[in-house]
Amino acid sequence: MRSLNLWIIPLLPALGAAINGLLGKRFSKRMVNIVALGSTASAFAYAVWVALQFRALETVPHIETYATWLRSGRFSVEYGFYLDQLSLVMLLVVTGVGFLIHVYSVGYMEHEGGYYRFFSYMNLFMFFMLTLVMANNYLLMFVGWEGVGLCSYLLIGFFFLRDSAANAGKKAFIVNRIGDFGFLIALFLLIKHFGTLQYNSVFEAVAGMPAETAGAGLLTAIGLLMFVGATGKSAQVPLYVWLPDAMEGPTPVSALIHAATMVTAGVYMVARSNAIFSRAPEALMVVAIIGCLTAILAATIGLVQTDIKRVLAYSTVSQLGYMFLACGVAAYTAGVFHLMTHAFFKALLFLGAGSVIHALGGEQDMRRMGGLRKKIPYTFWVVTAGTIAIAGIPPLAGFFSKDEILWKTWQYSKALWTIGAITAFLTSFYMFRLWFLTFFGERRGALAEGAERAGHGHAAPASGHGHHSGEPHESPMVMIVPLVILAILSIVGGWVGIPHALGGDNHFEGFLAPVVGASTEMHGGAEHAPAHPASTPAAAEHEPAHGQRSMELTLTLASVGIAALGFFLAYLFYYKNPALPKRMAEGAGGLYRTVLNKYYVDELYGALFVRPIVLGSTKILWRGIDATLIDGTINQSAEGAQEASDTLRRMQSGNIRSYAAWVTAGAACVIAYMVWRGLR
Amino acid sequence: MVPLSYYLVLSAILFGCGVLGFLLKRNIITIFMSIELMLNAVNLTFVAFAAHWGVLSGHIFVFFVMVVAAAEAAVGLAIIIAVFRTRETLNVDRVNLLKL
Repeated sequence: MRSLNLWIIPLLPALGAAINGLLGKRFSKRMVNIVALGSTASAFAYAVWVALQFRALETVPHIETYATWLRSGRFSVEYGFYLDQLSLVMLLVVTGVGFLIHVYSVGYMEHEGGYYRFFSYMNLFMFFMLTLVMANNYLLMFVGWEGVGLCSYLLIGFFFLRDSAANAGKKAFIVNRIGDFGFLIALFLLIKHFGTLQYNSVFEAVAGMPAETAGAGLLTAIGLLMFVGATGKSAQVPLYVWLPDAMEGPTPVSALIHAATMVTAGVYMVARSNAIFSRAPEALMVVAIIGCLTAILAATIGLVQTDIKRVLAYSTVSQLGYMFLACGVAAYTAGVFHLMTHAFFKALLFLGAGSVIHALGGEQDMRRMGGLRKKIPYTFWVVTAGTIAIAGIPPLAGFFSKDEILWKTWQYSKALWTIGAITAFLTSFYMFRLWFLTFFGERRGALAEGAERAGHGHAAPASGHGHHSGEPHESPMVMIVPLVILAILSIVGGWVGIPHALGGDNHFEGFLAPVVGASTEMHGGAEHAPAHPASTPAAAEHEPAHGQRSMELTLTLASVGIAALGFFLAYLFYYKNPALPKRMAEGAGGLYRTVLNKYYVDELYGALFVRPIVLGSTKILWRGIDATLIDGTINQSAEGAQEASDTLRRMQSGNIRSYAAWVTAGAACVIAYMVWRGLR
Repeated sequence: MVPLSYYLVLSAILFGCGVLGFLLKRNIITIFMSIELMLNAVNLTFVAFAAHWGVLSGHIFVFFVMVVAAAEAAVGLAIIIAVFRTRETLNVDRVNLLKL
C-alpha cells in the first residue's frame, strides 16, 4: 500500500508553532507571518494533494502506522493516522478554514501585543486539531482532544492581563475537564472489554455485537460516556456554559476554535464512533434530545444578547445542538454536512463581526452600532451572505444542511422536529436582528471609550484596537479577502449535498456513506425506522418513495417559510419599528429578564457547584486540613524542636569543667546501671 | 599474699582522686594528670584481676590502655601548648571558646 506520508500535515503547523514560539520574539512581524502562514498554507496544500490522491486509494480507510506508542502486556497503542471520507472532510475544513483565519488574523492582530505568541498558539492548535481528526486510535484522538483544549485555554486567556479573560480561560478548561472525565472512562471501558483502542479493531469487534435494543448495556454506557466528553468539548447542555465566556479571546480565535473547528470535535467523535452509537439506541436518543434541547435553549438566549460576539456564541451552541440532533437520529452524514457548512458561515460571521469590531475601534455592543452598511460595505456584504446562509434560506449552504437534519429528524420524531423547526425560526430571527442592528438604521453610539465599556458587564473587546478616533473604517484587504472566500464557500458550500427531493443527488451523503453506511443499516432493528439515506445509487432508485419525496418537499418549503418569517419579524422589530422590542421586553418582564440572564444557569452552577467547592476548598481543605492540620503539625514539631534545643543549648556552655561534670555524671550513670545489672 | 580487695580499694581511691581532680582543678595540666590517674587506677584493677584469676587478658588490656594513654598524652600536651601559646593561661575556665 502506498504511503501518503500523512504525518507531514500535522507536523507543518507543529514546526510553525515551535519556530514562532521559541524564536518569534526576535522575529519581525513579517517573519512571524511567513512562518505561521507558510506552515498552515503548506498543510492545506498537502491536504488538498491528499484529497486528490484519495480516489486512487485501493483501500479505504487508509491507515498509516508509524510507530508503536505504548505497549503494556497485550495492549498496545500505535502512533498512526487514519484517512477515510470523514477525516478527509475534517482535514480539508480544518486546514482550509484554519488557513483563511490565519490570513485574517494578520490584519486583525496587527496592533496587538504578543503577536508571535498568538500565531504560535494558533499553529499549535492546528497541530492538535489535525492530530485529533487524523488519529487512528482513540488515545491519539484524546491527545489531540486535550491539546486543542489547552490551546483553547491559552487563546481565550490571550489577553491575560484582563481578569475576565483569564477567568474565562479557566472556566473553559475546567468545564472541559468534566467532559474529558467521561471520555476517559469510555476509553477505559473500551480497553477493558475490547483490549484495544485502534479504530479498526474496535469497530470490527463492535460489528459482531447486536444492537442493544432490549436494554442498555456496554455499548450504551460507552456511547453515553463519550457523549459526556462531547458535551464538554462541543458545548452542549449541561456543559455549554464555557463557550459564551470564551468570547473573551481575540475574534479570530472565536472563529477558528469556538465556531469552526474545535467545538465540532464532539460531533466528529460521535460520527467517528457511529458503529458504537448505532448499536446503542438509548445513547442515540440521549444525544438527540440533548442536541435538541441545547439548540433551542441557546437560540432563545441568543435572542436577547446585545454583545455581537455573544449572539454568535449562542448561535454556535445552538448550531452544534443541531449537529448532535442529526447524529442522534443516526443521520451522521447530515451532522457532518452541517459541521462543514457551519464551519464556513460561522467562521465568516465571526470574522465579519471581528471586522465590525475592528471598524468601531473595539465596540462590541450592538446597541451602539447601526448604520454601518455604507461605512463598511465589504463587511456588510459578506456578513449578509453568512446571515442568509445560517438562517437557512436557499440556495445558501446552511439551507441544505439544516434542511437535511430537519428531514431526518422528522422521520425519527415529530416532537424533536417541532423543536428543531422552532429553533430554525429563532435562528433566522436573531441573526437578522444582529444584521439589522449592526448595519441598518442610525448610529446609536459614539465610538466606544474604555471607561464606558468597563461599565457594562462582560463586553471585553480586543484591548489593543487603539485607533479610537475618526469614522468607522473598512478593514484592510488582508482581512477582507478571507472573508470573501468564506462568503463564497458559505454560498456554494451546500451544493455538494443537494437532496434528491430537490433534484440533486446528495453527493456529500454518498461520499460519506462508506463511513457510516455499514452501521446505519445494521441498526434497523432499533425502535425507529431506519433513517438512513440512499447511500448508493442503486438504493436511491427505490428508497425515497413518492409520498416521502413530497413530504420532504413540503418540509423544505416549511423551513424556508420559517426562515422567511424570522427575517420578516426581525425586519418589523429592528428596522420598521425599533421601539417595539423594548415595549415587548417590558411587557414580558420576568421572562425577558430570565432569558437576558441566560436562565441564570451560570448562577445556578455557581450556587450548586462552584461555591460549595470553593467554600469546601477554602474552609476545609485550605484552612482546615492544609493550614491547621498539615502546617500545624509541622510548625508544632518545629517549635517543639526549637524549644527543646533552646533548653539543651545551655549545656553547651563552653565551660570545660561543666563538660567534665557531664562526662563524669554520664559515666556514673553507666556504671550505676552496670552495677544494678550485676546485682540483679 | 595481698588480698584482691586491697587492690580494688586502692584502685577505687586512686580513681576517686582522679575524678575529684578532674572535676575540681582549674589548671589544665592537673586535669590532664588526673585523667592519667584514672587510667592507671583502671590499669591497677586489670592487673589485680589478672593476677587473681591467673589469666593474661588483663595484662594485655593494660598494654592497650598504656598505648592509648601515651597517644593521648602526646596529643593532649600538644593541645595544651597550643592553648597556652594563644591564651597565655592554663586556666580551663578561661578557655571557653572554640575560636581564637
